[in-house]
Amino acid sequence: MKELLLGNEAVARGAWEAGCRVAAAYPGTPSTEITENLAKYEDIYAEWSPNEKVALEVGIGASFAGARTIVSMKHVGLNVAADPLFTASYTGVNGGLVVAVADDPGMHSSQNEQDSRFYARSAHVPMLEPADSADCREFTKLAFELSEQYDTPVLLRMTTRVSHSRGLVELGVRQDAGLKEYKKDAAKRVMMPGMARLRHVEVEKREKLLAVSANSLAINKIEMNDTKIGVVTSGLCYQYVKEALPDASILKLGMVYPLAFDLIRDFSKKVDKLYVIEELEPFIEDAMKANGIECTGKELFTLQGEYSVHMIRCALLGDERECQSAPQLPARPPVMCPGCPHRGMFYAVKKLGLTVSGDIGCYTLGALPPTSSMDAVVCMGASIGMAHGMEKARGREFANNTVAVIGDSTFIHSGITGLIDVVYNRGASTVLILDNRTTGMTGHQNNPANGRDLYGNEAPELDLAKLCEAVGVRDVRTVDPFDLKGMERALKETLANDEPSVIIVKRPCALLDRKGAKPALRIDGDRCTGCKLCMGLGCPAIVLSGDCVAIDPTLCVGCALCARLCPSGAIRGGK
Amino acid sequence: MSVISILIVGVGGQGSLLASRILGALAESAGYDVKVSEVHGMAQRGGSVVTYVRMGDKVHSPLIEKGGADFMLAFEMLEGLRYRDMLKEGGVAVINNQRISPLPVIMGNVEYPAQQIREFLESGNTHVVDALQIAEKAGNIRTANTVLLGKLAKLSSIGREKWIDAIKKCVPEKTLDANIQAFDEGYHL
Repeated sequence: MKELLLGNEAVARGAWEAGCRVAAAYPGTPSTEITENLAKYEDIYAEWSPNEKVALEVGIGASFAGARTIVSMKHVGLNVAADPLFTASYTGVNGGLVVAVADDPGMHSSQNEQDSRFYARSAHVPMLEPADSADCREFTKLAFELSEQYDTPVLLRMTTRVSHSRGLVELGVRQDAGLKEYKKDAAKRVMMPGMARLRHVEVEKREKLLAVSANSLAINKIEMNDTKIGVVTSGLCYQYVKEALPDASILKLGMVYPLAFDLIRDFSKKVDKLYVIEELEPFIEDAMKANGIECTGKELFTLQGEYSVHMIRCALLGDERECQSAPQLPARPPVMCPGCPHRGMFYAVKKLGLTVSGDIGCYTLGALPPTSSMDAVVCMGASIGMAHGMEKARGREFANNTVAVIGDSTFIHSGITGLIDVVYNRGASTVLILDNRTTGMTGHQNNPANGRDLYGNEAPELDLAKLCEAVGVRDVRTVDPFDLKGMERALKETLANDEPSVIIVKRPCALLDRKGAKPALRIDGDRCTGCKLCMGLGCPAIVLSGDCVAIDPTLCVGCALCARLCPSGAIRGGK
Repeated sequence: MSVISILIVGVGGQGSLLASRILGALAESAGYDVKVSEVHGMAQRGGSVVTYVRMGDKVHSPLIEKGGADFMLAFEMLEGLRYRDMLKEGGVAVINNQRISPLPVIMGNVEYPAQQIREFLESGNTHVVDALQIAEKAGNIRTANTVLLGKLAKLSSIGREKWIDAIKKCVPEKTLDANIQAFDEGYHL
């Protein structure tokens, strides 16, 4: 039976069919749906871990304990999980261990477009790369087999378009992989120098074996056609090549590390001109060139963004067919939703003209007009450390005008250690933890602070205020961001005091409970003086209408933040 | 069948996921190969959202190239205009006449391009539908997208029954009747 599945759903399906028992992840676009779908299978235990490092450690433990296990994350998440990954390569596995990592060429929802394939090479673990949903299921199953056969974690590299495209997938049945026997094996799993040195020998041996077997691996596939043009490619680029060059011969690499050099060399001899087409870095190309295989790649293509059928035709065939050029139109950047709790916080922060050390989440949108409040955003959890660094560079006075802004889930992910640093090293940062009762940007996943687990079941709720007090912050307060006066007062007081402070800015995400939406507000035209103060909130429901403003009733959720702001009482309840 | 490419454009939150799912189910039940490319994450927050649906004997790329769409379903007028060059020559557009101002327009920095939109709507194979009003009249304003699908269905070569089957597969039981009614309103326009 075939079903139309997202790439991420198909990874989950493949893992289930392979007999996977444990899954752990931290949500991150475009990887999130892998774990959301794993949770739908009764015979898999799945969890949201506080961050990717913990998720992989859970995965390693489950694998040691004998279970087939999958851990999922986005590309930058693998930076966080890199520490356990590099050493898990030494220990190897007991139950198969698959690490799914989703790259985001084009940065649809990310802060960089790093190429995860380098992790495979530097950690010396194999990496498979599916090209559509059917591959996702098949490759995931194969990844578990290889993991156990070669005693290694296996990386499964996804990209946004593979993760978030649906394709038809032939479904199979679940294989009973059982639980492998658990035996103490300190020489293999306790990575002290003496043991690790011996394991490193195994890592090198394993990699050589894998490099040989890559040449006969069925997912490295040659499709011979016209021999004028040969293309080595993998992942979604394969699909582009099939459409752009239907007559070309193609070597589709299902395993992108280690590379099947004998196969590539044979293929190269059969074609007149050899190209390598891969998004992001010249990972395959450089390796081929280092092995003396002549080819053309990044001379014709960029390191940036996503490729397309058209781009490949232009580069290889000189097809510069002009499309009707797009007219210059107003951009439509993403915005904070109507009713978003972050809006009240940003309004107060902007009013006071503060320097804002920001973080990763919906609130990153506060960098855009009209709030234009963020000064810097780098990676998960960085806001607090950066604010502390700013203070140490420019002194206390600068700190008295600076806040770190971080979401609840992001704080738990990697902000806690930053806060400890502020306290320990006698900083005076003011940290705003935006507690909106969910992990918003990735699509509302539960987290330790909202008292629900991945399945939506009640879970012990992390008390953010107590946590902050426990690390040594004495001034911890909780404020409703829609209480604009209270928000401003809290900011002024915490900035003025000479010690670390935390303001827990607490109000649920507007999308969390849509039933909580109230009737749309309206503008009383007689009272509106056209001061446009409300426009400063950047709410998409408030629009200019002549000299006055109007509220779009299809967008307004009746949060009434604008009504609190209006000096002339012109914004009224809808019905 | 050679590949048919359908582009769905709109504003994040307008429900393009459901529409693409219905089109996917339609292709599946018609026995075609199909790929659907969705948008999740940052772009969903009120940003411009593009979803691709491609069906045929064999579909490789899940994406549609410029000048490659046979059909465009636009949930908002400016977004329809923005992606007009994705349409093939002779491609057909079904456009909701809803206007959602993007933030630069709301802030008064730029004008909503009403004149350009008018010209686009009056050009060639464009079908403008007052989907919100029709959906509201039919009883549920949230079924506006299904009204548009109805119009698209009428313009397509796939029969009504297959579309209804696809809707049944994708829409929750409690809104099924409302959606079928909305579909028929669009179908019989």
